[in-house]
Amino acid sequence: MNDMRIAERNVDTNESKISARKVQVYYGTNHALKDVDVDILDKTVTAFIGPSGCGKSTFLRCLNRMNDTVASARVEGTITLDGENIYDAKVDPVQLRAKVGMVFQKPNPFPKSIYDNIAYGPKIHGLTRSKSELDGIVETSLKKAALWNEVKDRLDSPGTGLSGGQQQRLCIARAIATQPEVLLMDEPCSALDPIATAQVEELIDELRSQFSVVIVTHSMQQAARVSQRTAFFHLGNLVEYGETGQIFTNPKDPRTESYITGRIG
Amino acid sequence: MTDISAAPASGSHRGSLLVQDELTRKRNAAETRFRLYGIVAISIAMLALAALLISIFSAGMPAFRQTFVTIPIELPADKLDKSGTRDSAVMAKVTTVGYAKVINEALAAALAAKGISTDGMTEKQIAGLLSPEAPAQLRNYVLANPAVVGTSLPEFELLANGRVDGFFKGRVTMESAKLDSNITPEQLQVAQKMTDAGLMGKRFNWAFITAPDASDQRPEAAGLGVAILGSLYMMIVVLVLSLPIGVAAAVYLEEFAVKNFWTDLIEVNIANLAAVPSIVFGILGLAVFINFAGLPQSAPIVGGLVLTLMTLPRIIIPARAALKAVPPSIRDAALGVGASKVQSVFHHVLPLAAPGILTGMIIGLAQALGETAPLLLIGMVAFVRDYPGGLPGGLFDPATALPVQVYSWTTRGDPGFVERASGAIIVLLVFLLIMNAVAIVLRRRFERRW
Repeated sequence: MNDMRIAERNVDTNESKISARKVQVYYGTNHALKDVDVDILDKTVTAFIGPSGCGKSTFLRCLNRMNDTVASARVEGTITLDGENIYDAKVDPVQLRAKVGMVFQKPNPFPKSIYDNIAYGPKIHGLTRSKSELDGIVETSLKKAALWNEVKDRLDSPGTGLSGGQQQRLCIARAIATQPEVLLMDEPCSALDPIATAQVEELIDELRSQFSVVIVTHSMQQAARVSQRTAFFHLGNLVEYGETGQIFTNPKDPRTESYITGRIG
Repeated sequence: MTDISAAPASGSHRGSLLVQDELTRKRNAAETRFRLYGIVAISIAMLALAALLISIFSAGMPAFRQTFVTIPIELPADKLDKSGTRDSAVMAKVTTVGYAKVINEALAAALAAKGISTDGMTEKQIAGLLSPEAPAQLRNYVLANPAVVGTSLPEFELLANGRVDGFFKGRVTMESAKLDSNITPEQLQVAQKMTDAGLMGKRFNWAFITAPDASDQRPEAAGLGVAILGSLYMMIVVLVLSLPIGVAAAVYLEEFAVKNFWTDLIEVNIANLAAVPSIVFGILGLAVFINFAGLPQSAPIVGGLVLTLMTLPRIIIPARAALKAVPPSIRDAALGVGASKVQSVFHHVLPLAAPGILTGMIIGLAQALGETAPLLLIGMVAFVRDYPGGLPGGLFDPATALPVQVYSWTTRGDPGFVERASGAIIVLLVFLLIMNAVAIVLRRRFERRW
């Protein structure tokens, strides 16, 4: 396992966007994540797989410090974004989250209009100076999220009135409207039907050209379809991390193999 | 639980579907029984409510109608304005005693004109048909319109005596009048003749809502004006103070405070404060606001402050519940796009919690409006005939409050105050209903905006 990681680093050092070293997460006395070392590459889709409760969502939430909102959570180790430690005392998590956007498991549009859902992020970050500029951001974000054609005539109607798949794409559009550098997705398709899932997956593949995307998924097929690199978590440990093809066809760790073939998890 | 596990063992569910087996019958019987219990409980509650409303309304509605005597009155200038200046400051020297004589002459003339005999009645008994308030009514009218002196008022309405009023409302009968030193059957007979002659009649009595309180001997003149103003002023103080403080406290505790020993302690104490008997807040108000801070007694500002203390925990608790009911996914969404904690609270969480907070607020205000005990201790149970001034100075003037007025009227001797107290309860109930209706409307309106 150690050997493999060194090999990875040798190959990809220059493109690394986020690198985590010796990350430990505790929920109270529960040691939820142990010694996680990961390098997430720029303009790549990285999938986190593993059985429920293995810590993959916990690790994802460390990457934009969403765990700060959980009172009992404690994070140790270093996570750097472009070489800067995001857990440095000087870092404001609000600024970090503008750079590292997030899409949640359940679609959670604001109970406002579709337009206001997208415009909220740019507004609070002061990304625009005029209404027309804001209109432009809303339009391009919705286009990137492949939702524009469906909602362009009803931008004033409530975002909560859309279907589940549309809501999730609205949330993706909302996340990319703030022009982040990394997009975190926590099981974005778990509440969607296969058609909506296919649309979101297609979207993820397109987003790869602009962002580094990290996706947590329970579906190994999905991980295989959308990601270039895959990390397998088990019981709070990062078991194996590498090229998606290699993980699924030729796993080095017996636990990875057992999970992929359906024997654990 | 045992039913479920027993069923497969006995194999009873293998029978025909068209025949109910023993277990199903039992379950259905239990269901019918529970439905019945519910209906009985609701019926009891509805009956109690109906009994309450019927008793209050049947006792209180007469207070809104009052018997008036309508007679022509001569206003002789030589008696009411000897100086001849028609200056109300000079005319104010003539007291109600002077006006009583004028009224008595006018009444005697009116009775004679209609051919109503008053043989065997003393002058005092004839005057006793009218309220002791009647001279004051006429005097106030003349002082407000000095030009009428020296002329004759073709029709002037004077309050009838409370006993006479009670006779037309069924409270006083010929039999009870025989035992009553305040009224005689002869007086009632004359009153009946006056009604037949069109000199006396009942009509809607605005003065019950607008007039100030009146003394023990004249229930017919007592009104709720000062009490309504006092209650209104107190509600303004409560609203202005408890809305921002209560919401800020709820938001801080729910959204920002770290959960530790101290916040737990504060939480427990807020819950305890909501359960503290309200009279304790009255003692606190007396000690702190009146004795220590030196604020005036009987003043709406003190009542408002005491009620604010009492209302705060009752606002904070539902406000926290409303904030807690906002799904955490909304907070995640806001933080996820890079909103700060304050932005997520004020842009997303608070607007969603607003209907619940407002409802709690209005219910808290309604409770404060009906609260009596703490106000007794800070002197609001006083006899106040002067309206408090305009805002904000009026907050420091003496006033009473609606529930306290009910209390003080129920302690008075004259039976005329029974209907007054019930009528005041009706006014209080109407205000409470209006507030609850406003709460429902606000809730609907805010919720429609998702």
